[in-house]
Amino acid sequence: MTAAVQAAPRPAAPAGRRPGRVKPAIPLSYLVALVIVAITLVPMLYVIVGGFRTTAQLNVSPNGLPHPWVWENYKSILTSATFWQNLGNSALIAFVVTALAVGCGSMASFALARYRFPGRDAWYMLFAVGLLFPPNVASLPVYFLDKQIHLLDNWLGVALPEAAFALPITVIILRPFMRAIPGELEDAAVVDGASRYTFFMKIMVPLSRPALMTVAILAFVTSWNAYLLPLLVFTNPTHYTLPLGVSTFQSTYSQDTAAVFAFTALSMLPALAFFALAQRRIVGGLSGLAGSIKA
Amino acid sequence: MTELKGATAEVIPAVAPPPSPGRRRSWPSRRFVELTVLLGPALALFTIFVLLPIGIAAYYGLFNWTGYGPLSDFTGLHNYKLVLADPVFRSSLWHNVIIAVLSLVIQLPISVAIALLLNRKMRGSSFLRMAVFAPYVVSQATTAVLWLLILQPGGFIDALLQAVGLGGEIKDWLADPNIVLYTMFVVLTWQFIGFGIILLLAGLQGIPAELREAAAIDGASAWRTTRHITLPLLGPTIRIWIFLSMIGSLQVFDLVWIMTLGGPANASSTMVTYMIFFGFRSLEFGYGSAAAVILFVISFVLAFAYQRFVLRRDTEGALTRAVR
Repeated sequence: MTAAVQAAPRPAAPAGRRPGRVKPAIPLSYLVALVIVAITLVPMLYVIVGGFRTTAQLNVSPNGLPHPWVWENYKSILTSATFWQNLGNSALIAFVVTALAVGCGSMASFALARYRFPGRDAWYMLFAVGLLFPPNVASLPVYFLDKQIHLLDNWLGVALPEAAFALPITVIILRPFMRAIPGELEDAAVVDGASRYTFFMKIMVPLSRPALMTVAILAFVTSWNAYLLPLLVFTNPTHYTLPLGVSTFQSTYSQDTAAVFAFTALSMLPALAFFALAQRRIVGGLSGLAGSIKA
Repeated sequence: MTELKGATAEVIPAVAPPPSPGRRRSWPSRRFVELTVLLGPALALFTIFVLLPIGIAAYYGLFNWTGYGPLSDFTGLHNYKLVLADPVFRSSLWHNVIIAVLSLVIQLPISVAIALLLNRKMRGSSFLRMAVFAPYVVSQATTAVLWLLILQPGGFIDALLQAVGLGGEIKDWLADPNIVLYTMFVVLTWQFIGFGIILLLAGLQGIPAELREAAAIDGASAWRTTRHITLPLLGPTIRIWIFLSMIGSLQVFDLVWIMTLGGPANASSTMVTYMIFFGFRSLEFGYGSAAAVILFVISFVLAFAYQRFVLRRDTEGALTRAVR
């Protein structure tokens, strides 16, 4: 029970909640901050700006500024089918993974949190142990399974295992959260004649929204960035996801350095844009994650 | 499923006086159906795609098999012995250990120091958090290609070193067997240090400011306050950081595979690149299966032991609670 009490009330974004209590910055803080921002952002900017040069420019001086700035690299990638196909495949798989993980995971967490039955902790334990089984380590066995059930070169062969591997963290985060929702609410709902289904859909799901958002984002980002399983499962380039597309593009067009710069830059943008939009949720969710794992 | 049937049995007496309010059900079988509907999909997905593959791999590992034709060449534990005896596998495992240890002795202190410095009221702190965290959301595959471009001979890093007068320090970052693993570590640090800093900052926000103030009033220096109050209270967060870093170190693959394929001469290979190189690419599926099972056992034992003996100090861990 301590777990439930601890994890659930933890706010998603605790940052800067007590203005005035935090010590003011010292010049050293600003200096360190500047250095960190430079180290993280300069490599990205280097690649984005490099995409505006020509391969000839890059060969003459690898590190100059574009002169003149050319849009051709970006234009040709954005008008080719490959980039959009990769993007579409990544999006399809990530959405299905998220829907499956959050759908199945929230129902299972509801059962594990609000029903009493023998062996409940053992069932929970089964999911939790999955967290100790890193997806990359499991990739080859999952490939063998896909081969057996004829899911090779099929997007389901990637989406279903990714959803399954997203379940442990989903259940670990959701179960304590759902447990902490007061039993009085359930009693009241029953008195009002609500069925279990109504209680789940109308009370549990809305109240669990912050935790549901966190697990959804985790599942989505993990799937979006996955490389190894798609690498094993897909042989047909029309199935490639974005990470696979980037590495393939790099090895196929290694002579056309400028195009590689542009493709790499473009492949970063969806993730960075998504992150900029959902920044508070992602950062808050991932730091809340630590609390849930130990809870 | 036996467990669920047990559930039905338990609920039957509950028809009389309900054990707790709101759990009243006149039809126990209905409750069983509910539990099946709720748990079924997740259990099916998890059993088929997480548990079953490991069983399959453990079985395939007993055969000499190239992926075609029937499993007929039974070799017992031969594959497992071969993997464990292979010097390349051992050095790959060693590389994982080096990455894990370097993370602990280099990334962690830097992350803690930076988090302590940034845990202050600053202009632009939300931008700073975003910038620090940005590399983490980019896929490892993209990061790998990005650093391939930056590290190419005569590229950005070389020019940077030249510009600050360290031109003599320029190395074959990805081609020198003595350097390449450390290059990988630097790129890994670039990608993941932001996550650690954000995690630690969240931990610092949870430490009441009163404690530091009280120590300051008692005349403790800033260093002593940090050393004896802040750091011990940050302990749980640091231990979680170590856990996540350890699991991450064990499964390093994408970066290494795209940048070097584990080369040159296996100098940057990791356990997972070893498994894919010698099990998948060379079509030695039986051998690869044995490697997968060994990797699974190593990660499982390490992570479980850490959960059980270290994280346990903080709270009863989710993964250990049921094992009483």
